[in-house]
Amino acid sequence: MSSTRVVVTGLGALTPIGNNVKAYWDGLVSGQSGAALITRFDTTKHKTKFACTLKGYDPRNHLDAKDVRRMDPFAQYAMVAGDEAIQDAGLITPLVDKERVGVVWGSGIGGLGTTESTVLGFAASGMDPKINPFFIPKIIPDIPSGYLSIKYGFKGPNFATVAACASAVNAIVTASQLIKLGNADVVVAGGSEAPIIQIGIAGFNALKALSQRNKDYLTASRPFDQTRDGFVMGEGAGALILESYTHAQKRNAKIYAELVGVGMSADAHHITAPDKGGVILALQRSLTSAQIRPDSIDYINAHGTSTPLGDLNEVEAIQHVFGAHAYKLNISSTKSMTGHLLGAAGAIESIATVLALLHQVVPPTINHKILDEAIDPRINLTLNNAVKRTISFAQNNAFGFGGHNVSIVFKKWEDS
Amino acid sequence: MDKEEIMAKVVAVVVDKLNVSAQEVLPTAHFVNNLGADSLDQVELVMELEREFDVQIKDDEATHLQTVGSVVDYLEKTLPKRKD
Repeated sequence: MSSTRVVVTGLGALTPIGNNVKAYWDGLVSGQSGAALITRFDTTKHKTKFACTLKGYDPRNHLDAKDVRRMDPFAQYAMVAGDEAIQDAGLITPLVDKERVGVVWGSGIGGLGTTESTVLGFAASGMDPKINPFFIPKIIPDIPSGYLSIKYGFKGPNFATVAACASAVNAIVTASQLIKLGNADVVVAGGSEAPIIQIGIAGFNALKALSQRNKDYLTASRPFDQTRDGFVMGEGAGALILESYTHAQKRNAKIYAELVGVGMSADAHHITAPDKGGVILALQRSLTSAQIRPDSIDYINAHGTSTPLGDLNEVEAIQHVFGAHAYKLNISSTKSMTGHLLGAAGAIESIATVLALLHQVVPPTINHKILDEAIDPRINLTLNNAVKRTISFAQNNAFGFGGHNVSIVFKKWEDS
Repeated sequence: MDKEEIMAKVVAVVVDKLNVSAQEVLPTAHFVNNLGADSLDQVELVMELEREFDVQIKDDEATHLQTVGSVVDYLEKTLPKRKD
């Protein structure tokens, strides 16, 4: 791969704790819980009755009525976060050649809610084949990248990455590779997900993956805690503008951080159960790719979903990769606040990682009371309160069903 | 159903599906050129008209329904026949 450097020049976020990047970061450092009882459908029959839902979000404030109807919420969220990031990076300028701007967008499941409602209608009609023509374009996971290109005239590489809960980080990795290969100057990378619907909750409950702590839902997402009982589902989107350094420099763009390393691997183990071996490989490969030693990392934004197996597996992998340095770096799971946005998780968590580098602040792991006895107490999980510390390099991890692992390393930006 | 009733119902469907104002939905208005419809909107529009008027519009007939007026004329011709 070429020596082209890739930097982050824009951010956009729509999350359960904030509907733009500023509100999201404020929520992260103040330790806000995004959990709420689900009111959009009757949860009587569901084991889990809460999720990290968006608040005060109305698609009509962002899109015209026709687009709201034609887009599944996962695509709407992509437009909101994508717009913010594109504006933030100042991409709409003659200094940026739109034909050299790509979009790579991740989603774990695409328009699941549209699938649910369309299939219900189809069944109720006695399977009348007259299906709404927008059904297919509403559910395909690649449609957000298409819509963003249409809105802005971006004619660079354009597609989706699908790797369950590792989808968005894979989008970021692929975006950086396209820039390094010279296929694009700029790539809009991110992910979005809208899984808080009946079959979403039922489906993940069937896997025993969701927390069922209905009486104490606000603190249910408690990664690394002894009493954690599953993840809390989230919804929303995150977008990052990746750009070649020379291109950003030429147009005098604001630079948030540099993406210096990427690592990917497969567990080759089980479709849903995690395995340490694959995680270790991804973490090591991202460090090798960044050409840094493990002790250069100051902060890890963990995948840490709050499931009994996954959190322990990740901590043990970190100990294996970092050795004694594992006790010196800060680890946190911001999913304790946002819940788990599945295919979008890696996008909003990469934003958290980039902003941690920018502000030199580690966002916390909230809702923590009792440390898991299987976790070494010397591990610093940044419990309950944000901390200021020097952060030069920060790592973000994402793992997905299927055994996909991906880890990326960002470096603090210093004008040189 | 008389022509006026048909027109009123067609206008309501078009306003809802194409997100345009009722004043724009004139008999001469062309779905693509004047009302911003694309090919998918047209398919959806035909389906909605079928539901609203309880008729079956064949694909080769639908391709000729390019203006609001042509839809109203088509329905006016078709609807009484169904009642016979």
